[in-house]
Amino acid sequence: GEQLLCEASTVLKYVQEDSCQRGIYGKLVCTDFKIAFLGDDESALDNDETQFKNKVIGENDITLHCVDQIYGVFDEKKKTLFGQLKKYPEKLIIHCKDLRVFHFCLRYTKEEEVKRIVSGIIHHTQAPKLLKRLFLFSYAAAAAQNHTATDPRNHTVMFDTLKDWCWELERTKGSVKYKAVSVNEGYKVCERLPAYFVVPTPLPEEDVSRFQGHGIPLWCWSCHNGCALLKMSPLPKKEQDDGISQVQKSFLDGIYKTIHRPPYEIVKTEDLSSSFLSLQDIQTAYFKFKQLFLIDNSTEFWDTDIKWFSLLESSSWLDIIRRCLKKAIEITECLEAQNVNVLLLEENASDLCCLLSSLVQVMMDPHCRTRIGFQSLVQKEWIMGGHSFLDRCNHLRQSDKEEVPVFLLFLDCVWQLVHQHPPAFDFTETYLTVLSDSLYIPIFSTFFFNSPHQKDNVGRESQDAQSKPLNLLAVWDWSVQFEPKAQMLLKNPLYVEKPKLDKGQRKGMRFKGPQGQGGRFPSWFSLFPASWTRTALSSTTAWPEHQRQLSLPLTQSKSSPKRGFFREETDHLIKNLLGKRISKLINSSDELQDNFREFYDSWHSKPTDYHGLLLPHIEGPEIKVWAQRYLRWIPEAQILGGGRAATMNKLLEMMEEVERLQEKIDARPHSREAFPTEAPSLVRSSARLSSLFPFALLQRHPSKPVLPTSGWKALGDEEDLAKREDEFVDLGDV
Amino acid sequence: LIDKEVIYICPFNGPIKGRVYITNYRLYLRSLETDSALILDVPLGVISRIEKMGGATSRGENSYGLDITCKDMRNLRFALKQEGHSRRDMFEILTRYAFPLAHSLPIFAFLNEEKFNVDGWTVYNPVEEYRRQGLPNHHWRITFINKCYELCDTYPALLVVPYRASDDDLRRVATFRSRNRIPVLSWIHPENKTVIVRCSQPLVGMSGKRNKDDEKYLDVIRETNRQISKLTIYDARPNVNAVANKATGGGYESDDAYHNAELFFLDIHNIHVMRESLKKVKDIVYPNVEESHWLSSLESTHWLEHIKAIADKVSSGKSSVLVHCSDGWDRTAQLTSLAMLMLDSFYRSIEGFEILVQKEWISFGHKFASRIGHGDKNHADADRSPIFLQFIDCVWQMSKQFPTAFEFNERFLITILDHLYSCRFGTFLYNCESARERQKVTERTVSLWSLINSNKDKFKNPFYTKEINRVLYPVASMRHLELWVNYYIRWNPRIKQQQPNPVEQRYVELLALRDEYIQRLEELQLASSAKLTEPSTSPSGPSQMVPHVHTHF
Repeated sequence: GEQLLCEASTVLKYVQEDSCQRGIYGKLVCTDFKIAFLGDDESALDNDETQFKNKVIGENDITLHCVDQIYGVFDEKKKTLFGQLKKYPEKLIIHCKDLRVFHFCLRYTKEEEVKRIVSGIIHHTQAPKLLKRLFLFSYAAAAAQNHTATDPRNHTVMFDTLKDWCWELERTKGSVKYKAVSVNEGYKVCERLPAYFVVPTPLPEEDVSRFQGHGIPLWCWSCHNGCALLKMSPLPKKEQDDGISQVQKSFLDGIYKTIHRPPYEIVKTEDLSSSFLSLQDIQTAYFKFKQLFLIDNSTEFWDTDIKWFSLLESSSWLDIIRRCLKKAIEITECLEAQNVNVLLLEENASDLCCLLSSLVQVMMDPHCRTRIGFQSLVQKEWIMGGHSFLDRCNHLRQSDKEEVPVFLLFLDCVWQLVHQHPPAFDFTETYLTVLSDSLYIPIFSTFFFNSPHQKDNVGRESQDAQSKPLNLLAVWDWSVQFEPKAQMLLKNPLYVEKPKLDKGQRKGMRFKGPQGQGGRFPSWFSLFPASWTRTALSSTTAWPEHQRQLSLPLTQSKSSPKRGFFREETDHLIKNLLGKRISKLINSSDELQDNFREFYDSWHSKPTDYHGLLLPHIEGPEIKVWAQRYLRWIPEAQILGGGRAATMNKLLEMMEEVERLQEKIDARPHSREAFPTEAPSLVRSSARLSSLFPFALLQRHPSKPVLPTSGWKALGDEEDLAKREDEFVDLGDV
Repeated sequence: LIDKEVIYICPFNGPIKGRVYITNYRLYLRSLETDSALILDVPLGVISRIEKMGGATSRGENSYGLDITCKDMRNLRFALKQEGHSRRDMFEILTRYAFPLAHSLPIFAFLNEEKFNVDGWTVYNPVEEYRRQGLPNHHWRITFINKCYELCDTYPALLVVPYRASDDDLRRVATFRSRNRIPVLSWIHPENKTVIVRCSQPLVGMSGKRNKDDEKYLDVIRETNRQISKLTIYDARPNVNAVANKATGGGYESDDAYHNAELFFLDIHNIHVMRESLKKVKDIVYPNVEESHWLSSLESTHWLEHIKAIADKVSSGKSSVLVHCSDGWDRTAQLTSLAMLMLDSFYRSIEGFEILVQKEWISFGHKFASRIGHGDKNHADADRSPIFLQFIDCVWQMSKQFPTAFEFNERFLITILDHLYSCRFGTFLYNCESARERQKVTERTVSLWSLINSNKDKFKNPFYTKEINRVLYPVASMRHLELWVNYYIRWNPRIKQQQPNPVEQRYVELLALRDEYIQRLEELQLASSAKLTEPSTSPSGPSQMVPHVHTHF
């Protein structure tokens, strides 16, 4: 149950789009879930026209966790608000983590109410909170009866059972060399790791518990050639005590001997803590970057416009994205071209490890580009991988230092791929955007814990009173947030599933997942042979599933010890693990750069197989700003009737038309009556869509051309005419 | 004319051995290594500068040869053998045919004997175009005062002027406007009859001269539309430049002389600034794309800023406006043509755009010969400037913002730019209509529009939706401007964009499918009406052959 904490009436919410300070009067309320503005004139706020409505969070709702900064305006001066206030502001500005900016004018509100609402909002959004006070639990307790029908498990693999891991091993043909273990059941060994995970087959289970799971290579994913992506959290540093480090050394030696022996081949390590981005870098960059979008008014927008590119660069957010993508390509090159296992090393293995391992999988494994596959990937690498969402999102407001948008960075990297290769993904950028918004909605448990252990334990703690199992919702149940109609916007109409294989080939790929999507293949392929089969055949990097032969990895296991590669590598590794920093392993070597370039260039010189390996372009002009997420609330930035939304809309219309025609043809021989036409269409409205569809604020006024440096004046008559023309649609002969 | 064995030093893939062929139109290079693939095919017209590199004493591999700077954002470098004067021969041939003017040779367009099934010269007929706009009408008339270019030698023969201004008035106004470029109509709004009028700067000078006729003339223009109390004047230049122009006799319309006008400066820089800006763009994109500081480098070129400035100022074209800069043939052409593109959907069709270019640029005397330097070897000429390229870039930015509003595609724009330099067609030759007439360009050369219109499908945007009364409001924010990668960085194989883009590809496939279905449906209709007369024996309808479409709904 949501509880009202405080409220204030006669608050004026400014319509942000102009400086003339128009607004809507209403009531500002703060509950234990959200801050909400309820307009006095409900009809003014009610836009039924928006098809993309969130059922949980309305247009004027801000969940407490979504609040980023609160400002007060005192005598035209903007100040950050925190702690106890001596003076109360006449205007409240709320910057949200999803980059919305709200302006509330309190000038007409009773003083008592101002005090209550302002201090209430500040307290409930900024004061440190206890985990068990999360709205999540009271919601789950109250909603337990309501939400039982829909089960996200029908689709997404949660990786909270041994079976799920076994299935993933099967799917990737990793079961030859790796095994799922249950040694951490009940979190006996350590609370950092999930209850079940996968390790190299020869590794004795007792080794896992030796250093609480540290120093153990954990399996992430297996490539079609048998090479695997592994991750490891290094052994804890014991600087003074040589005896222990000796023990550690021999332990590690043992571990590396295990994974060195055939069939494992060589292992290349990537030490992410010393030779890659730091969390600090990411934090600083995003802090600067987000300021570019938290824009208070039109003047600010145009003032920053001329310096846009240098401001963007100085944030270095795009550069960080480029570095992540580049690193992921390097890892991909090792796995794909060099047939080398890659071991990612990071303190706790739960930040950049999650980011890179999942990015590599999105690039290499087409399954991860379906929505189900992607959600399963997030479950596997991020949720079970122990990414500390609670701390990284600073949900409890306990430490600003820990707040680092690593997951958002991952989504932005994926967005770059989605943007560059739209047909390769089952989901749209809208999906990524709403997923990033869901980080701050405290009714889903997915992003509100630091580890699976924490979730299981806190859940257990808080349930004792009622002795009824808590029904924590997973974000993957999109029907909680969106009506089926809106959910369609999460699905990419350009995506085409993998072609059906003939019977002979299908034997090898019986598994479609334990909760597989069933064997429904669409028949797009028969319709579009030209563009799809050509690319699939001509690309050598194509990776049709039927080529994954069980025998493939084993035939390659003539690993020659003469290479001496591994020995050296181990030494480095040990030194490294013991905390003696060695500057950049072999990363900087020219050879590596050459390999990278060659791999990168050769992939890009071939036609893209959307069901195979997918690499991003990483040149300067190719890394872009995720406009839909970052610019969506800025009215100045939207192009009415333009942008990609316009072409996508036309595409959808055409698809509907083709479908209708086909139904007509099908119906023809059976009945000669006219087929009922005009099926309800999804986005078909004669009104022009914004380029930021489906998010843009609804514009009730035609966007005026802005002429910042000279004084353009709107002539009343002309403006009306402009509006009329813009809405008049002449279909001509189309 | 010549063929030689050379080594082409490709900036992306390293040296390639090949055989170069030079004709009087182009240079091409066939590889000697990989099954004689065509590597280069460059019209000589794009060559801006040819330099010899290395001397008789130079050592080192491939250090002796030619370095060719092109107008289309690339450089070509050839290494030659030192023996046998091969470099001298190639240099001389290239210089002769790339810069025919210096050698009293004709430009290639006059030798071109290509035949097309469409005659591009008939695309633009000024009378027809003005008639399309509803002219002449009560307030505006067509005048032949400039029939033999005696009023203004850089204007077209046919002009549209206020009905109430007599030819004598026009002659008097001409004395007060730089190069006699008097205010004339470019475009009239079909409903509210507001107009876009273009001209050059008034000859105010240091002493602040006034001219009653000019003042009266502007008032007559204003009065063609009763709703307007003040005529808006856009001076495209920055304020300081306009003031500085007084020193050379120019200037701007002052408030006290022109009571019923409002003047705004639009801060668009001159041709020299633009030229330098584009040079900087080349520096960061060729041969290698600046990686680490891409964004700030891009900003420091100010190219997009200039593009923005132009697009920005244009977006206000909603009341009667008079546009001028200094001479009214560079920035003025950019502004009027972009405004017309936004306001009048006709210009967004392929033929409409051709008419727009032909009218606002070619007939109104944008100095193509000077700005591009066709066949001229003086590569450092201060008159050269990428003004037209900038306009096309603006059009591209607009088509990017409104992907369904333009009938033509990116390829159309790139083709125009390629032939802006190639000298294969007569379209962009010479500075003004009178010079073109003297040279009988329309009789002796082929029009670029012949090439395009005889193969229109190649240049069509499948997403085009014809919306006759739609006005476009582009967002002139840096956040939406992009560097036109497919033009400026097209020589770099690493940047190669997916062609065609997958959304477009899918759409085209769907279009074909729709047409097929419609046809099949018609056949079925025929068949079933036939069935009525003669009961069918085969129950299996043709529908079983039809594959199912699975759209994800």
